[in-house]
Amino acid sequence: MFDLEPWDTILDISSAVLLVVGAALSLAAAVGLIRFPDALARLHAATKPQILGLILIVIALALSVRSWAALLLLLPVIVFQMLTSPISAHMVGRSGYRTGAYDPDGLVADELAPDIEEASRSSVVSSDDDEA
Amino acid sequence: MIDDTVNDGAPRNETADDDLPTMSEDRAHATFLQQLPLLVALVLLWMMLWGSVSVLTILTGIVVALLVTRAFYLPPVELSRRFNPFWAIAFLTRFFGELFVASFQVAALAFAPKGRSRSAIVRVQLRTRADIIMTLTSITISLVPGSLVIEVDRRHAVLYVHVLGASSADDVEEARHHTLSIERLIIAAIGSKAEWELVR
Repeated sequence: MFDLEPWDTILDISSAVLLVVGAALSLAAAVGLIRFPDALARLHAATKPQILGLILIVIALALSVRSWAALLLLLPVIVFQMLTSPISAHMVGRSGYRTGAYDPDGLVADELAPDIEEASRSSVVSSDDDEA
Repeated sequence: MIDDTVNDGAPRNETADDDLPTMSEDRAHATFLQQLPLLVALVLLWMMLWGSVSVLTILTGIVVALLVTRAFYLPPVELSRRFNPFWAIAFLTRFFGELFVASFQVAALAFAPKGRSRSAIVRVQLRTRADIIMTLTSITISLVPGSLVIEVDRRHAVLYVHVLGASSADDVEEARHHTLSIERLIIAAIGSKAEWELVR
């Protein structure tokens, strides 16, 4: 039995380290959410560092619980987070851009605006554009 | 995410309802085969959520999977039937590497002095025409911190990427190049032969 003990300690310590790093990344996400200048930039903070943070925390949990059942429950957490967060970010980003919830002066380049203008000029597209 | 865009976004692979009967039978068969991986994945997920592998969870899983796929019907995903494990691993390694590095970069930006984080919206013309590759590219771009797909023109395969911390025209070009290189890796892993020849 005591053969396992150093191994246990290693796992516990790495789990603790991962938890702290993951929590720090989530904190950075929260700070970015407040400090970034406009909605589009804040989205980056809201969706991104937190993904790695979550992955690290889930790995930490798996290392400290050490059971297959827990792993099988934790895996979908990551998978769904990775599948859904780009989509929600995209939806918020898209509507944020359309409603002007961003700071144009903060953009070095905006290659979308001319294309939207062009698209709304053509009559076929404009009806679709209105409902968007 | 891929569907409604600035354009009317008529689906390229639209299944016409007034097809010949034999055609639609073929299609129905094809879609069931195409749906099979999804069904299996749903059953596995169901068993994961219950945390048990038993006849009961498998049977209820199949029922739920069928119900879900009938109730929330999605257009079938068209795969190219080509899969290169080497490039798939290369893609995953690159993705997780970037996820790791960029997470800390964005975290650092959050604590950086104010007024430094400028950004850009970059138009990226993809070379692929496959929905699955466009979707995977968008998801990858959106998952890696610092870049975010805010608009998709599905018909022309154009992504509009919002890049955090871009301050010069060079950064804009780099972001474009970066997106295309991700697309290239995904095509290398699962794209059709023709598209792989195109980006090689």
